Amino acid sequence: MTLTAPRGKKRLPSNNGAETQEEVKMKKTVFLGALTVAGFAASVASASTLDDVKARGHLNCGVTTGLVGFAAPDANGVWEGFDVAICRAVAAAVFGSGDAVEFVPTTGETRFTALASGEIDMLARNTTWTMSRDTDLKFDFTGVNYYDGQGFMVPKALGVASAKDLDGATICIQTGTTTELNLADYFRSNNIAYQPVPIQTNAEAQQQYLAGACDVYTTDASGLAATRATFEAPADHVLLPEIISKEPLGPLVRHGDNEWGDIVMWTQNALIAAEEMGITSTNIAELSAAPTNNPEINRILGTEGELGAMIGLSADWAKNAIAASGNYGEIFEKNIGENTPIGLARGLNAQWTNGGLQYSAPFR
Amino acid sequence: MDNATAQNPSYVREEMLAQAEPPLGQKGAIKWLRDNLFSSVLNSILTIVSIWFVYYILSHIAPWFLNSIWDAGSLTECREIRDATMPAGTSAACFAVISDRWEQLLFGFYPRSEYWRPVLALVLMVVGIMPVLFQSIDRKWLVASASLPFVLFFLLWGGSVWLPIAIAMGFVLGYAVNKFGTPMLGSIGGALATVIVPLLYWIYVAGPLSGAIHSVLPIGLEFIQSKDFGGFMLSIVIGVAGIVLSLPLGIVLALGRQSDMFIVNKLSTAFIEVIRGVPLIVWLFTASLLLNYFLPPGTNFDLMLRVIIMVTLFSAAYIAEVVRGGLAALPSGQYEGANSLGLDYWQSMRLIILPQALKISIPGIVNTFIGLFKDTTLVVFIGLLDPIGLTNSIRSSTDWNGIYWELYVFIGLMFFIFCFSMGRYSLYLERKLQREHR
Amino acid sequence: MSVIEAPKESFRLSQLIYDTRYRSMTIQVITLALICVGIYWLVDNLLANLDNLGLEPDFGFLSSRAGYDIGQTLIEYDNSMSHGRAALVGIANTLLVAVMGCVTATIIGVLAGVLRLSKNWVISRLMAFYVEGIRNVPLLLWIVLVYAVMSEGMPQPKDFREGGDAVMFFSDSVAITNRGIYIPGPIWGENSGILIAVFIASIIGAFAYRRYAKKLLFDTGRLLPMVWPAIAMAFVPVIVAQFVLGQPVTLSYPELGGFNFKGGIQISNPLVALWIALSLYTGAFIAEIVRAGIMAVSNGQSEAAFALGMQPNRTMSLVVLPQAMRVIIPPLISQFLNLTKNSSLAIAVGYPDVRATLGGITLNQTGRALECMLLLGLFYLALSLIISFVMNLYNNSMKLKER
Repeated sequence: MTLTAPRGKKRLPSNNGAETQEEVKMKKTVFLGALTVAGFAASVASASTLDDVKARGHLNCGVTTGLVGFAAPDANGVWEGFDVAICRAVAAAVFGSGDAVEFVPTTGETRFTALASGEIDMLARNTTWTMSRDTDLKFDFTGVNYYDGQGFMVPKALGVASAKDLDGATICIQTGTTTELNLADYFRSNNIAYQPVPIQTNAEAQQQYLAGACDVYTTDASGLAATRATFEAPADHVLLPEIISKEPLGPLVRHGDNEWGDIVMWTQNALIAAEEMGITSTNIAELSAAPTNNPEINRILGTEGELGAMIGLSADWAKNAIAASGNYGEIFEKNIGENTPIGLARGLNAQWTNGGLQYSAPFR
Repeated sequence: MDNATAQNPSYVREEMLAQAEPPLGQKGAIKWLRDNLFSSVLNSILTIVSIWFVYYILSHIAPWFLNSIWDAGSLTECREIRDATMPAGTSAACFAVISDRWEQLLFGFYPRSEYWRPVLALVLMVVGIMPVLFQSIDRKWLVASASLPFVLFFLLWGGSVWLPIAIAMGFVLGYAVNKFGTPMLGSIGGALATVIVPLLYWIYVAGPLSGAIHSVLPIGLEFIQSKDFGGFMLSIVIGVAGIVLSLPLGIVLALGRQSDMFIVNKLSTAFIEVIRGVPLIVWLFTASLLLNYFLPPGTNFDLMLRVIIMVTLFSAAYIAEVVRGGLAALPSGQYEGANSLGLDYWQSMRLIILPQALKISIPGIVNTFIGLFKDTTLVVFIGLLDPIGLTNSIRSSTDWNGIYWELYVFIGLMFFIFCFSMGRYSLYLERKLQREHR
Repeated sequence: MSVIEAPKESFRLSQLIYDTRYRSMTIQVITLALICVGIYWLVDNLLANLDNLGLEPDFGFLSSRAGYDIGQTLIEYDNSMSHGRAALVGIANTLLVAVMGCVTATIIGVLAGVLRLSKNWVISRLMAFYVEGIRNVPLLLWIVLVYAVMSEGMPQPKDFREGGDAVMFFSDSVAITNRGIYIPGPIWGENSGILIAVFIASIIGAFAYRRYAKKLLFDTGRLLPMVWPAIAMAFVPVIVAQFVLGQPVTLSYPELGGFNFKGGIQISNPLVALWIALSLYTGAFIAEIVRAGIMAVSNGQSEAAFALGMQPNRTMSLVVLPQAMRVIIPPLISQFLNLTKNSSLAIAVGYPDVRATLGGITLNQTGRALECMLLLGLFYLALSLIISFVMNLYNNSMKLKER
């Protein structure tokens, strides 16, 4: 069954269309005049997200309602985490300050609509890059900030050494991700049975797993490590060696506004390149004070060339982005690295020079 | 027979005996126990089973509560304290998470320095609702109650003081148009003007006007975005806004459902049944996922405002049913009396019917509010940080990851205190109204 | 004085406003027109918005492969079936928990309502505590708490192994674990169709007997024993047939194998938790309704019945309850509706109801928010309307018939 618009054809983004949109925007501004003053309503979805963001004075960034290490508010309500740092870097690239960002908590169900409807400018919510999301849902992923994969955690006492031994097991799944699909595919292809218990929040899933209501807990490997770290006896639980899926997690923006997509993508690249070049939050002031001997560092930091202007930002955009919360490696170490309670190793997320997959396109 | 003996026989007492003690089984605690707890075999069994049940529950929970730790910076620290000070295997609650985060659970991310605003708003609300509930207070205070929504809005969100004033002026304008326009335009024209003039004013004048005044006289409080609202404050704001804003619509719907006019009646009924037939959680998803699609392209409301709109529509259907009950409870003599005085429909409603019907409905409205207040916990599913949503955020900080029961116990207790006291209050109102009614 | 002329038949426009004959029509037409304009405005916005986003409402996703598994399937389902099928599985699960919940909530509610009026101090306090405690805390919290308490408090399957401290009940046929309750399940062998037919026939017979006994009582005053014969009539023929036909229906018993119990019927823990939580929550509201209903029947009624020499239980069933029912049923209907709608919180404990399949995973996978929400809303609306229609029929049959 298909409901079709009576007007039939899709509106083409012609000049005419732009005009009507302007008109509409004007009308709305009047209509909502009273409310706009209070900041309740804002007009969006105009031609350029960058213009909207600049006019608004802050970036709206969609994050999770809370995921250990990736996004969580502290006791003062300040958001922290790995995904949050990306948002702050983009905000800093645009505004020069990593605080010019509002975090919008989203759930698995609401995240895509929030982005599509313009409620948020970018989504940094450990979202897996898949083809259908990129195409059918009309989004653009701007890169991968964390290479993850779905894993399994089991109590050591169970004596399970491989996921293939899990025939007939009860499995707690954290829903709202691609997890259910991967699990179904994996068990189907290995021809073994299982009983799924899909649970919405990590807290409940964790409680069920610890109470023994499930034999296995499955979600992204990073989440498993973070969860295990909080157990009273972490050593009693093991992560199975199988990683059953590829989960490239990255920020995404609406499809069709390539200028804005470029900004997010190159901000991310700048963070990765900064780590490769050895630009850190401690030496950045020194490096950006005057041109150095390394031309690429100069181009990134804006002491040479016109890269900032090419994406409509100031020359020191990347410098601000890196200064906001450090380069990629620093962000990693601060939020989820081995010295945090979560204790994730760099693994696939190491620089390509160290055998990982993090690889920035050159700044040239 | 000796006369003296006859007159005063030895077996006749001159003074009363002191009252004998009742038999041991018929007095004091034993009698009470026998009457109340062990009056029959079945009762005895029930009593013993219930006492065992209570003991069983308490024996499992009490140690956990009594050993609770209130002063620690993280769950790990809690566990360390427990292992250091208590014998191995003791269970102990870690309420330190509450001492660390209680402000967040109550106020969300509202700036600390501004906590006085929601607190004052709550006090004002409780005080301001008095004139509505108690007839003994001078009717003049009703005006103060009517202005309350604007005051509360200003206190909670802040910004320029002129915006709520400008919006409130719309109602004054409407009243003025009604008062002076009706003689000039006739009743129908007057009614139309009463609706249209304020609408035009709100759409085209209110915003720029308040902006203009603000640029001359900048009076205001720090503007707080609604995304900073959270915790119980969010629940209360959504609940109260939903109920207060839904009252006018609910009354109109109730009247519509009572009306003889076929189309009006069926439309009201359809609206009420559709809203009531679908769970709130679906409506909330609609608010979060779809409401923007139904507004002109390029409009984007704040999520909280969208939720308030949806909750208002939702509770309007329930309020309508409560008010309908109130209307139905009025004796038909009231309607007939109003008609025989020659009052037209709106006059009889305004002056005779609604004041009585609404009074009867107040306990029902309070109960609807309690239900709605509890249901606000569902906003967690669309990513608003109400108390339950905040538990997730609190658990996802590395300090408190892994804490479970303590947060739920605290939230449950808070909800209980709020709802129970409101429920008692509604019962009290009900009795008071019944007395007044006689 | 001039003779009053007959009113002119001509129609003036102002009559539409001032003539009460036409005014209500005018108002209705204007209302309808305004509503139509409003709806047109909303739909127009919707289409324009979807157009801008390049999305078109399309229900084609319902026939595409779902790809996820569901923990409890009442109808046949596996992950290669369609999203539509998954939605149906969810609908079946919603209906299951709603029906189970309505039944137990009524039982709990009636018990608690009656016991709260009990003279036993401990019992009435306990019931008051139950009712007030449950009613004043959000359902979502109760669901989560019941689920967590059950998974903490009940034994794990591994405790049933040798050396574990958990035991099965009823000679190893029922196992209560924190993953669910395992009970023996029937295996339908040959001739079991006959057995079912016999069972249905004997149920009908039992009802017919009851009806006859009632008629006899009202007509002649002769009292036939009702309960035991009816039970015997319902079950004895089936048991006899079972043995005569050579045991066509056998039972499969749950046995511990691998990670879980296998065989028999599993009533999964999310279902049990949701069921208990919904029943307890709605039961508390029903208890108040029942209490109010019983208190609404005046004392004179039962006193009069006693004066006529009726026994207490007969007084209750023939005099007090039928009158109390008239007060109880209308609010009871809305409690049933609430319970059904509240079952949409199943997602909190991972029970795969329609909100979790169609409105959860399917929505998540396909991103079709508009379509999923529309279908979900329609389903709940239809369900509510059906429930209130059926219950209203019942209510009308119970109403005081004034002649």
